[in-house]
Amino acid sequence: MELHLDGSVLARWGPFHLNSTLLMTWMVMLVLTLLAWAGTRRLSVDSPSRLQGALEALVGVLRQQVREVLACDPDPYLPFLGGLFLFISTSALLTLVPGFHAPTASLSTTGALAVCVLVAVPVYGIARQGPWGYLRGYFRPNPLMFPFHVLGEATRTLSLAVRLFGNMASSAMIVGLLLSLAPLLFPVVMQIFELLLGQVQAYIFAILATVYVASGLRAHEGRPT
Amino acid sequence: MNPDNLTLLAIASVLAAGLTMSIGSIATSLAEGRAISEALKAIAQQPDEAGPLTRTLFVGLAMIESIAIYCLVVALVLVFANPFWTFLTRAGAD
Repeated sequence: MELHLDGSVLARWGPFHLNSTLLMTWMVMLVLTLLAWAGTRRLSVDSPSRLQGALEALVGVLRQQVREVLACDPDPYLPFLGGLFLFISTSALLTLVPGFHAPTASLSTTGALAVCVLVAVPVYGIARQGPWGYLRGYFRPNPLMFPFHVLGEATRTLSLAVRLFGNMASSAMIVGLLLSLAPLLFPVVMQIFELLLGQVQAYIFAILATVYVASGLRAHEGRPT
Repeated sequence: MNPDNLTLLAIASVLAAGLTMSIGSIATSLAEGRAISEALKAIAQQPDEAGPLTRTLFVGLAMIESIAIYCLVVALVLVFANPFWTFLTRAGAD
């Protein structure tokens, strides 16, 4: 079954193995880069191209969502949080292409994304409030809570990774099972449903990352919200 | 290795995977249903607040749903990547 996408090694150069997950990740990156390049190649105010309009609308929605959660200027945080959303949603959309596996259906990709969030929260928090201001948040409301804060960060990283992996892997698996059981119509219906689910998962991952960043930013400010 | 042990292990793994999914999804689906119904009530009372309510609902649903996802991962590991299975078959090969 497709539980071990990382195991399918396509090529190897010395110690470096190119597995299926890595290749799919590069393809998603390529699609995103090409879209961004084509969309920003001929920027114009008077007669924007369709792609430029679509990208502007997308970035506008992302900025608005991030601003609503963070309650501050979203621009320093938008590249990271919006990038997470775009990567996950593109990899979910590209599963329509035959032969493409979503790279997010592998635990190593989702684990890497979750570790990025784990690192980004203290980085943004320290950039905003300085190291002492951020670290004091761990000892709030009293020092007894320190282990629980650390435990909370570890478990929420784990749950971010496992949630995305479970959803994307199970969606690929369900379509595969239906293909072998009732190959005519049901896989198509299920695939449409999985498209929706993939977008919801991308939204959830990005919004949870935003909420975690927001909690890191507010760790010290007066009373925690 | 005694093949009866392998058969028993297969039976136990499949049964445990099924029970994990069924029992695990009962509680989470009840909880998600309650959360959605409460959110719908709140949106019906304050339609202006639909945006923040929906966002909070999604975050909460993701938290609740992660329990079901853990169950799914445990079931998948039991069926497709059972560590005891590889251990027993390797012990049988020796």
